[in-house]
Amino acid sequence: MTWLHASTAFVAAFLASLVECVEALTIVLAVGTTRGWRSSLLGAGASVIFLALLVALFGPALGRIPITTLQLVVGILLLLFGIRWLRKAILRAAGVISIHDEAKIYERETALMRETARSARSFDAVAFIACFKAVSLEGLEVTFTVLAIGAGGSLLVASIGAVLAAVLVILLGLALHRPLSRVPENTLKFTVGIMLTAFGIFWIGEGLRYPWPGEDLALLGMIALLLIFSVVAVRLARARAAELVRT
Amino acid sequence: MNALRTAFTELWGLFVEDATLTVGTLICIAVAAFALARLGAPAHWRAPILFVSVVLMLLENVYRGARRR
Repeated sequence: MTWLHASTAFVAAFLASLVECVEALTIVLAVGTTRGWRSSLLGAGASVIFLALLVALFGPALGRIPITTLQLVVGILLLLFGIRWLRKAILRAAGVISIHDEAKIYERETALMRETARSARSFDAVAFIACFKAVSLEGLEVTFTVLAIGAGGSLLVASIGAVLAAVLVILLGLALHRPLSRVPENTLKFTVGIMLTAFGIFWIGEGLRYPWPGEDLALLGMIALLLIFSVVAVRLARARAAELVRT
Repeated sequence: MNALRTAFTELWGLFVEDATLTVGTLICIAVAAFALARLGAPAHWRAPILFVSVVLMLLENVYRGARRR
């Protein structure tokens, strides 16, 4: 593992986790403020334990898979995952689909939870399940990203990146007590989509035993090229959408 | 059973959102894995060809996506 690989893995895991943790925090805050913190935090905590069990169960099994098979499978999944993010981020940046708005999501969740609000003292199954589901879904994406990015030997570095992002979001959530709506979410998703797509293609090439020009440096080259192509894609999509509005 | 179905749908949704994008990506990978060697593409060109094909497929998909909405 080179410093280049490790630092790219760290940044990709940190940013991907940051985005997912912000999304999970929005739901937990919305549920917690309307239905009480006890059941909401219990749900979020249970989800963290569930995710830790998943990692403990499947993490060691990854070590038994031959490295080229692992790189190929993880590369394919990472590419499918990353390119989905990148496509969405491009279409959002072009104004074709609406931007993910944490403040709006918070308001919608709060209104939904108020409809069935009950005493905060008793155990609230709705709050527990809502938080468990939100943290599990976003956490599953974080877990997959960290395992996939770290598959080439940088698991520890990727995990540190993810944990730091989670701690940062939790601390900000505790301090602000409202959703982190000022986080430039689409820019983050754009960046993460590019990095995950580059990692996915890189792992597939490695898994197929195709040599990369410049070896690990090819990863940086792909990130730079993907950024350029994505900017072109945003302009293309924007122009195409405007053309359709005119006709 | 319902929870399992929901979990599967959510898991599926992590990787598949636009079916044409997923199929296009898988075709690019399949071509790189099975066709390039048979077509006699030099080994050092195969990985860059994979990259370029994925990028072109993404550009086409985004352009088509903008037209659909």
